[in-house]
This record gives sequence, structure tokens and C-alpha cells, in this order.
Amino acid sequence: MPKRKDINTILVIGSGPIIIGQAAEFDYAGTQACLSLKEEGYRVILVNSNPATIMTDQEIADVVYIEPLTPDFLSRIIRKEQPDALLPTLGGQVGLNMAVELDRLGVLRENDVELLGTKLDSIKQAEDRDLFRNLMNDMGVPVPESDIINTIDEAYGFVETVGYPFIVRPAFTMGGTGGGICYNEEDLKEVVANGLKYSPVSQCLLEKSIAGFKEIEYEVMMDSNDNAIVVCNMENIDPVGIHTGDSIVVAPSQTMTDKEHQMLRDVSLSIIRKLEIEGGCNVQLALDPHSFDYYIIEVNPRVSRSSALASKATGYPIAKLAAKIAVGMTLDEMINPVTNTSFAAFEPTIDYVVSKIPRFPFDKFEKGERTLGTQMKATGEVMAIGRTYEESLLKAIRSLEYGVHHLGLPNGDDHSLEYLIHSIKAQSDERLFFIGEAIRRGVTLEEIHDWTKIDFYFLNKFKHIIDIERALKENPGSVDYLKWAKKFGFSDRVIGHRWEMSEDEVFKIRREEGIMPVYKMVDTCAAEFESNTPYFYGTYETENESLPSDKEKILVLGSGPIRIGQGIEFDYATVHAVWAIQEAGYEAIIVNNNPETVSTDFSISDKLYFEPLTHEDVMNIVHNENPKGVVVQFGGQTAINLADRLSENGVQILGTSLDDIDRAEDRKRFEALLQEIKVPQPHGKTATNEDEALANARHIGFPVLVRPSYVLGGRAMEIVYDESELKNYMRNAVKASPEHPVLIDSYLTGKEIEVDAICDGENVIIPGIMEHIERAGVHSGDSMAVYPPVNLSQDEIDMLVDYTERLAKGLNIIGIINIQFVLSKAGIFVLEVNPRSSRTVPFLSKITEVPMARLAMHAILGTNLADSGFPPGLQLEKDGYYVKAPVFSFSKLKNVDITLGPEMKSTGEVMGKDKTLNKALYKSLVASGLDVKDHGTALFTIADKDKDEAVELAKRFSQCGYRILSTSGTADALKKAGIPVVIVDKVGEGDNTLLRSIQNGNVQIVVNTMTKGKEVERDGFRIRRESVENGVPCLTSLDTARTLIEVIESMTFNMNEM
Amino acid sequence: MLNDKRYLVLEDGSVYEGYKLGADGECPGEVVFNTSMSGIQEIISDNSYTDQIITFSYPLIGSSGFNTEDSESLLPTTSGVVVREAVEHPSNFRSVENLDTYLKRHKIVGISGIDTRSITKKIRNNGVMKGQITDSSDHEETVEALKSHEFSSDQVARVSTKTPYISTGRGHRVALIDFGKKENIVRSLNQRGCDVTVLPHDSTAKTIMQMKPDGVMLSNGPGNPEDVTEAIGMLKELIGQVPIFGICLGHQLIALAGGASTYKMKFGHRGANQSVKNIALDKVEITSQNHGYAVDAESLKNTDFEMTHIAINDDTVEGIKHKSAPVFSVQYHPEAAAGPHESSYLYDQFIDLMTTKEDI
Repeated sequence: MPKRKDINTILVIGSGPIIIGQAAEFDYAGTQACLSLKEEGYRVILVNSNPATIMTDQEIADVVYIEPLTPDFLSRIIRKEQPDALLPTLGGQVGLNMAVELDRLGVLRENDVELLGTKLDSIKQAEDRDLFRNLMNDMGVPVPESDIINTIDEAYGFVETVGYPFIVRPAFTMGGTGGGICYNEEDLKEVVANGLKYSPVSQCLLEKSIAGFKEIEYEVMMDSNDNAIVVCNMENIDPVGIHTGDSIVVAPSQTMTDKEHQMLRDVSLSIIRKLEIEGGCNVQLALDPHSFDYYIIEVNPRVSRSSALASKATGYPIAKLAAKIAVGMTLDEMINPVTNTSFAAFEPTIDYVVSKIPRFPFDKFEKGERTLGTQMKATGEVMAIGRTYEESLLKAIRSLEYGVHHLGLPNGDDHSLEYLIHSIKAQSDERLFFIGEAIRRGVTLEEIHDWTKIDFYFLNKFKHIIDIERALKENPGSVDYLKWAKKFGFSDRVIGHRWEMSEDEVFKIRREEGIMPVYKMVDTCAAEFESNTPYFYGTYETENESLPSDKEKILVLGSGPIRIGQGIEFDYATVHAVWAIQEAGYEAIIVNNNPETVSTDFSISDKLYFEPLTHEDVMNIVHNENPKGVVVQFGGQTAINLADRLSENGVQILGTSLDDIDRAEDRKRFEALLQEIKVPQPHGKTATNEDEALANARHIGFPVLVRPSYVLGGRAMEIVYDESELKNYMRNAVKASPEHPVLIDSYLTGKEIEVDAICDGENVIIPGIMEHIERAGVHSGDSMAVYPPVNLSQDEIDMLVDYTERLAKGLNIIGIINIQFVLSKAGIFVLEVNPRSSRTVPFLSKITEVPMARLAMHAILGTNLADSGFPPGLQLEKDGYYVKAPVFSFSKLKNVDITLGPEMKSTGEVMGKDKTLNKALYKSLVASGLDVKDHGTALFTIADKDKDEAVELAKRFSQCGYRILSTSGTADALKKAGIPVVIVDKVGEGDNTLLRSIQNGNVQIVVNTMTKGKEVERDGFRIRRESVENGVPCLTSLDTARTLIEVIESMTFNMNEM
Repeated sequence: MLNDKRYLVLEDGSVYEGYKLGADGECPGEVVFNTSMSGIQEIISDNSYTDQIITFSYPLIGSSGFNTEDSESLLPTTSGVVVREAVEHPSNFRSVENLDTYLKRHKIVGISGIDTRSITKKIRNNGVMKGQITDSSDHEETVEALKSHEFSSDQVARVSTKTPYISTGRGHRVALIDFGKKENIVRSLNQRGCDVTVLPHDSTAKTIMQMKPDGVMLSNGPGNPEDVTEAIGMLKELIGQVPIFGICLGHQLIALAGGASTYKMKFGHRGANQSVKNIALDKVEITSQNHGYAVDAESLKNTDFEMTHIAINDDTVEGIKHKSAPVFSVQYHPEAAAGPHESSYLYDQFIDLMTTKEDI
């Protein structure tokens, strides 16, 4: 059926900031959808609060609103723009929830907005547990015994009839927030209470646990003409019980015969038909490993993380086609955009195996609870393609960038067998590696199966990997075994380790023997139809399909999996770099391994290699393509870290030279540079051992900022106040060595300022200067940032510009540079220089309309920035105020301390913009999920050192109509200042503890600052966690609290006498 | 760990080195490719693959193993099997053996470790060709032998039942003419209550009508439909007398009996994801297919048949029906196994036809 002509303007809702459970996949889906609708001639209005996305670029939609995703703001946009239709199925759970809310509020009806894709009733039927269960019962589709409950008492009733264990799934939440498994009454109390709190409708589904069943997913699509297809099916290696986002997944499913496959295919298609979803839908099923019994677990009536994975795994662009289906087009009239020779009404079939492994944040949150369950914890994921299962798995493992390169931990020998077994049983995030280690030590597959319920198929494959290791060890230097191991995905590094050779030596043998990978095309059809998709993966076989063109090529290295410290911003910059390369007339080739992203959409670059970002894998591509050079500036630390060895192997690194990168990152050389160009920095030294660290710290004077060299996202960075803390840090937090010294800097309190600049070696373009709300010491990624700066004098701005220019020129930057300064009483000092694209590039690009990554890429390709159309120096200030606010995923990560500090903890960001600063701040806070209330109760628990400052803030909260709650110590200080205060008991003292107040919902905001000392530290931790678990905003920086009260003051009336 | 070497030699002289799999021996065959990712047991045991070497484009073959229930014939007649990897340790609750032992048991020669995608592309570009799996390293000799090798034209006779037999039911009496039938055709009819008599391929119209069937079903089968002359003659008599439903080879035979012609396709359709449009409903079905010949659409023009189903990707004929008599047929496999179930409505249609004996 042709597309609809009765609608013209379509509103698309994005998914907002990156959080656990909702990551870059919705930028990919949303970008595809918007472009797809524009292609059909519709006017597209996009709303998303996340500036770090490609979808919020001006080119992607006709009108882009970077505004908070709340019913209030969306209603305003709808009233202003009067769209004919709303497409809510591409913005994840946020998009769907907004559509439901807008309908409930009558906004859609009042403004005559039609819902496209999925009907509201269908959304409700799929999302509301009760309605869904009834629907499944009507269809005769089995669902696990379950009940909907709204109170704890009802949960007890459920247990009486069904028994333990059971699963708790809160209604209308994403990524299973607040869910879990209950094995006993203790669990019941905790998990059910939590679930009820997190569900916006205070409703949970309790469900008989079918843990141990196979978890199978089907990605299905349907059009308005009832044409329905399965795009992909996937099998979770981790059985039911571990969230699919945290599971290792393989496509296609491996352990089902055609009978089971067709049975589950039938039911998946009947569900999409029953729900009348016009577009994409994800169906999760549980299959008994010992019979044909199955249950439906869940249906997502929208595109999802799994659909992004299915799109990348098969090549079939689900979101793009779902958008076209939403406007009435049918699958049988659309050409399959992958082959261009066949139609979209077709089920992709693949001729390779795909593995997805989630990326967890526990390298950052070492104290976080690592047991996996129904609450998703991964921040990102990697995907790898191979022609053997082992190959896809090992390629995925080495894409993770955990410091693991193989099926085992680098220090695996250090762990006792008991520890391995414990970690496997505990379903820790690292269990795959522990399992490898256990097999290596002779633990039987039967035992591992008993503990994990992982299917023997996969366990046998793991064992095969260990068997190959042994065979390699027994046959050092054997070319036959080398060939064999390469077919199963072994890296040169791992083979070298078994052969007691270096990676380079193994590579040399491979080159001599001609053992090089070939590249195969991903074409949706297993080569049945001619196809020209520029989408390839490497494997060790005979025919190479990726034949280099005659054009000059530039290779761009992507940024790998989304993790804390390296988020979607780097994918944004990567995509822009690709566009600039194409504009300059080169062929742009991208290497990346993250299935969620826009950069791994094969239609973005001229050629996509879906490969691990390791030296070996990149070198293989270089050998196949022979590019003019490789760009490492845009792919975060992942890409930068590869530069050295690529260069050693004769690869041309484009842009800022390696030597200059080293000058920025090597402490001593950087100091020398700063002296030469006369830019001051806080007094600092390096130390390679504990004694040296202590001596240096004494010399500099406490407090000091300590951190290892060469890290991203402030990992292992701390502010240390005395010698014992420093000793502790040196012993437990870092492994200092002459190669990896620890940096010790004077900790200067003051305003933190961030500047990004583009340089061609001579001209420096500075798009803008950002001022942080939180004082230096809070990681820049976790700080709120304001553009333009509001507290800087013209002299200070001039000096910042001058320093920036000196640094960019001094470091011979060709491309982009990011600099952080501190403005302290003693003046302006440079804190950190990153000779690469930074987190703030998309934010600043969107504000200033300077296409920073593109300009940088053009500079790298030799364009003189004087010809760029932008004058050198600081660009003219834009009107209005723009605020970047961080967004955290603490509620999903148990035991993680939320205190802001030098280590980055946020997963995403939002932007608020308006004519006045307070309005922009308000929007940013609201968009970040904070409910800004003009009255309520604020709980203050403040460290002694912060009391003076806090008293002033408490007073202002009080004057706005907030009730102030605090424990005795803080209360004394507040009373002295004449602030009315209600005293609550400390943790562990009395009945009326502050924890109870938080649990009871009697507190709307918590202001807590860190106190050192074991017991108080633990109490503070409990207060902060209690806030997070109860969804109460907890501010750990007084600067953030000050901003909040300023916003509240600006929106309410002060009750002071005049 | 490293297995013995074996070769796949194609008539164009190309040689692929791999490892021994399944039975020993040397069976020349027509090399075809199948793109299915599941249903490997069903595919290998489908007698339509007689004298053919199946190349599986999907690399991990036999991951869910082989069981006692899913074979489509008791005696598979596939010549050879070419895979990237023969899964050694399959896993499924019904699995009793792996690919290697299954092939050995059925004396089917196999080869693993092959870049099956490259063979798929070769066949896609050059068409199906003769090939042989061999342990001999004298490839020139193998190529010469292949070039002069002629396939027999009696494949249907080799795989059809020699004597009639009954698969009981209480409903319509169906005469199923066995040209190399898949077991699931019998099951699909039995499931709908039919009382099925399986008859040899060369049964005459007279013998069939003596049974007083409510309907006649024509099965799938191997080879060139033009070789199955007796059946074409039989059908010429039968059309108009009794409801007839044909599948795959059966469909081609109906077309030939009706005066249309068939031709050999470049590389055929073999897989479980073939898109077919039901012209009357204007809806797409995802179908399971396995055919190397097709009915010529042009040739239907001067016959009593019209096209009902068409392949959306290459416009080939996927289904026809008689303009007045109760006769219809499809090129694909509504009984699935392996493959999607959504075309099973055609069996219901056949039942309806036998019930009303009226035009569909």
C-alpha cells in the first residue's frame, strides 16, 4: 500500500539521556526513522533531551527540539507545532510512556494527533502486566503463573499459592528497574517493596520463576496489510533469570530444532498480529530445555535494544522499515535496502554466527554488586561476527576492553578454585571468564551446567577453546595448528602466549605462511541474492569479498562499547568525522564493534568493518585496504590507545602526531611544554612507588589529587587529604611502576572551566567556553556545565583564550583538543589536556553551530581553517543559556556509592536551554529526571568542613517553604543560624531514623556531603543508597544544591518579610 | 584435533580442501545450496535431493543434533553434504546423534571445513554444476570423470514406494502419489483426519480411481519433471475427475499435464525464507522451498491454468489452479518441515475442496 497522504507532519520522540537499559540503540533507531520519514517527504519534528546524539543534529529532522521529555514540555511542543501524527515506538520505553501520558492528559485528542505504529490499546496490552496476561490467556499462549499485586500483603498471598522462587517485575519500567528474584521472605520484603516504589503505577507482576529455561528472543515485524516476518531469532546463553540485556546472546539460536523454532516463530507472529503492531516488536520466550513446553516472558511493542542488535546481526534495518510501515507502506512494496535486488518482505537468513556480550561498569564501580539478575546492569555491549561460534565469541571478548583477551582472566592463575566456583555460582558478570578458567583446571562440564544451567552446547564450545589452547601449547610453531586456531578466533596475542612468543612474532609467521583473514559481506540473504552492502566481518576462509576500491581511503577507528567515561559522544564525533572525510572526496572506512550505534549503520560510511578494535584486527584491515592513514582522534581512548603500535608498524596516524599526543599525556614532557609556553598548572609530581608518592605529597602539601597516568574518565582518581589515605591509595587503588607512574597534584579549589578547540597547526578556532557548576574535584563528566560562562570577567576569558591558543599551537594540534582549567584564588591553571575529541563536542557543536568534529577532520585532511568560514579565536557568544546536566544510573547498580568526585559515574547527559540561566537550569534538572518542587522536605546531613556553606543553603530552602530535616550535629548549626529544623535520629539510633523518613516518602530532597572516617562514611553511604533506592534526589555537592535552590527561588515566591 | 583431508571438486575445475565427514566413498552429484539455518535433518532426509550435493550456506550444521522423529524419509538419498563445520557436540533434548554419525549411518559422503559462502556465490553466479566429494588428490581425473558423468533420469522411481500402503484416518480418502514424498505430507493429511493411501509414482489413473479417492495429492520429488512421463499421462486423465493438490514436483507435473512447460532454473530456490505472494489475497507468505525446476509463466497462457502465487523476488511461478476443475498446486512446501507453517492453509483448502468438490 502506498504511503499515507493525509498526514504531513510527524512528531518523533527520542529516548533521552543514556542510562542503563536505554543506550545508544535509540539514537540509531531514531536517526534511521527520522531520515526514513524525511525520505518519504514528511515533515519531521524531533524531541529529545540528549544533545550527544546524531538524531538531534539539524540535518536529521526538519525541526529539532532539545527539551525535557516530560508531558508538560511535549504538550507545549504539540500545541505549537500541531503535528498530524506521533510516532512513539522509536524512543524506547520513554517514548512509549510519553505517548501513554499524552493520551491520558487528552493532549493528543485536543490537538488531533494520531498515534502511528502501535495503537494505544496495544501499548497498554503489552505493557500492563494484567492486560497482557489476559491477552495471552485468550490466545491460549502459556505465561508463567503470576499475579499482579499492588501491596506487600498481596505478595504474601501469592507465595501461599505459588511458592518460591518467584520473579518481581515492576510495571512500566525500563530495563527491569527495581525487579529481582525472591527465594525467601527476606527477599520478598526487600524486592517487592522496591518494585512497587519504582513502578510509576505502584504495580508489580509476581511470576513463578522459570529460571533455568532457555531464553529465546524473536524480532518480528508486521505491516498494515498483515504481512508479518521474523527478522532474527536469538538465544541467550544465560538461561532465564538473567536480564537479556546482561546476557551473552548468540544469533541465530543454536540448540533448537526446526520444530521448536517454528513453534516459537508461530507464536511470535500470532502475538504481533493480535496486538496489531505496525512496525517492529520484540518477543521474549522461555523454552524448557527438556520438552516443547514454553512460556512467553515479555513483549516489547516497539524497537528495542534487541532490535538494534538484530539489525546489526542480519543487516536488516528494522527501524528504517518500521518508520515506513508506520506511514502505511507495506513490506512487499519496499526494496530490501541491503541487497537492493530483493524485497523487504523476506526473512533474513545469515551465514555466520553472531555473539553479543554486555559491557559492565564494574571496572569503575569495584564495590558494586556484581551478581546478575533481572535488573539490567550493563552500560553497553559489543557484537562480533564469525564463521565459527568460537570465533564470534573470542572476537567479542577481545572487543570488550576489560583487559581480557580470551576465555579466561589475565590473572586467572591467582584465583583459588573455590573462588572460581563461588563466582560462577554467584552469576557474577565475569562468570564467562571464570568458567573458562574452571574448565582449564579440569572442572567438568556437568558441574558447571549444574551451577549455571548453561546449555552443554555452549559449554562444549568453551571446552573446545581450551582444547585448542592445549593443542597449541603441545605443538609450538606448528603452522597447521596456527591455521586451525585462527579459524576459531584465537588472536595472535593468545597464540603467542601459548607459544611463548610475542604477538609480532606470531604475526610474522602468519604473514610468511599467508594466513590472513578474508572479509565476508553481511547481506541478509546468505549470498542468495547479489548484494553490494559495504558491511564486512573478518574470518579465516578462502574467498575475500572486501575488495579495495581505487579511491584514496581513510580509516576511522570507533570507540567500542558504551561505558562510563566513553559514551555516545564519541560515536557522534566518529560519524561526523566520516561525513567530513566523504565531503573531502575520500573513501571513509569505519571499524567498530558496538551494535547499538549510528556509526555501525552500514549506510553511514563507505565501508564498515564490524571487527574488534585491537591492534591485530585493525592491522589486518589496514593490510586489506591500504588506507592513506588512520584517524584515532574521535574514538576516545580506545582509538588513541591503538595509535602507538599502528604507527610502529608503519601506519600513518593522521592529525596530531603521536609525539605530540605523548607530549600531552606524558607528565614530564607536558610540564616542560607548559614552562616553555608559559601556561601555569597546579604544582605536581609523578611517583612510581609509595615512598616517592609520600615524599612528593609532603612537598606539594595536602590535599592532593592522585591518579594513574593514561586513563579515561578519571578512573582511580582521588582527592587525598592525608598520608594514611595516600598510603592506602598507593597500596590498593593503583599499581604504580616506572612505566605507569602515578600523578600527584596540588588540589586547588575553584571554578572549573572547560574549553574545546580546533586547530590546523596555525589557526585555532574556539567554539565556546563552558563553566562548571560543581567546583574542581568533581569529574567534568559528572559536572553540570553552563554555556556561556556566567562568572568570568573579560580578562579571565581573554586569558583562557590565550592559554588555549598557546596549548593548541604548542602541542601542534591538528584536529581537536579539550582543555580543563581551574580558576582558583591564585589564578587560572590548566588541569588537563586531551589531544582528542571530548565528551563536550556534541553539546558545544549544537549550541554554537560550529560543526566541531567535521572541522577538525577537515583540518586533519589538510584544510586551512582560515578557509573554513569561521574566524580564528573565540567565536561570538550565542544568545541564551545552555546547561549540560549529567544523568546517573545508580538505581540500577546496588552498593555503588553515588558521591561525586574525581571518578566519573554518570552514564549520560541532557541539555536544557532557554533565554534565562535559571530557566535553562530548570530544564536541565527536569530533563535529568529531577522533580523540581517548590516545597517539601529537605534532609541535610553535612560534613563539618561544609557546615558554614550548607547553613546558608538550608536557610534559602527554608525560606522557600521547605521543611528542613537533619540529625543532631547538623541541626545544631542550623538552629544557631535561626533555621527551623526537625531532628531525626542517626542511622542505627532510635526509631525515627533519617533512613525511615526517606523510606516513608517524607523527604523530597537529600543534601549529603562526604565525611571521612569509617563509621560516618558507612552511614553516609547508607543515606545516599537509601535515597537512590527510594527515588529521592540526593545531592552530594553543595554547588548542585545551590543551583537547585536558585532555580526554586526563581520559580516561586519568597516568604521573607520585605 | 586435525582431521583427515578430503576434497570437493567441481566440474569447472575448482577444488576445495576440507576434512572428512560422514561416510567414505565418492558420489558425484549436482551441487546446490540451501540457506536454511535450522531443519538440517529434515533437509538431508528429503528425497528431493536425490543425486544432489547440498551445500549449507549457514556454517554450524547440526547444532541441535539428529533425532528419531524429524526425518522426512527413512532412507535419505542425498549424494553429499558440504558444510563449514559439522557440530561435534550437538544439544537438544531429542538429539541422539551428531551430523557425522547420521551421515555415516545413511552412507552419505560429507566434507567439512569448506567456505560454503564462496560456493553459494559461485552457484548463484554460474548456476548449479556437477561436483564430487572425494579423498583422491588427483583432481584432474575427478574433473574429467565429472564432465562425462550423466545423471540417471530415474530418480523418482528410485525413491518412490514400490507398493501401496495406508496411513489410516477417519476422514477424506486421499490417494497420495509418491514421487519422493516428505513424511510431513502424510502427517499433514492425517492431522486433518485424512485416510491416506500412498501409491507408487507410476500408478495409473485407473488404479487411482478404483480406490474412489475423495482427492489426489501429488508429492514432491527429485529430478526433472519431464522425466516423469507416466505421471503426466496419468494426470491428463485425472484432471476434472477428482480434486487434486500438487506440491513441488507434483505441481510441475500438473502444469505439464495441463499443457504448460517447465524449465531448469539457474540455481533454484532452496531455503526456509522464500517470499511468495498469494495473488488473490495480495499477501506475502514466507515459505519453505526446494526446487531446481519451475513452471514457465508464459507457457501457462494458453492453458486452463492460471497463476495463484508468485515469488516476489524473481517473479517465478509459485502456484497455479485450474480455471474450472478442482485442481491446484504450489511449488513450495506447505507442510513445512523444515520451514514456516504459514502456508498450511493450503491443506485446509484441499480438505474444503474434497468436501465441496467445487471449484476453489
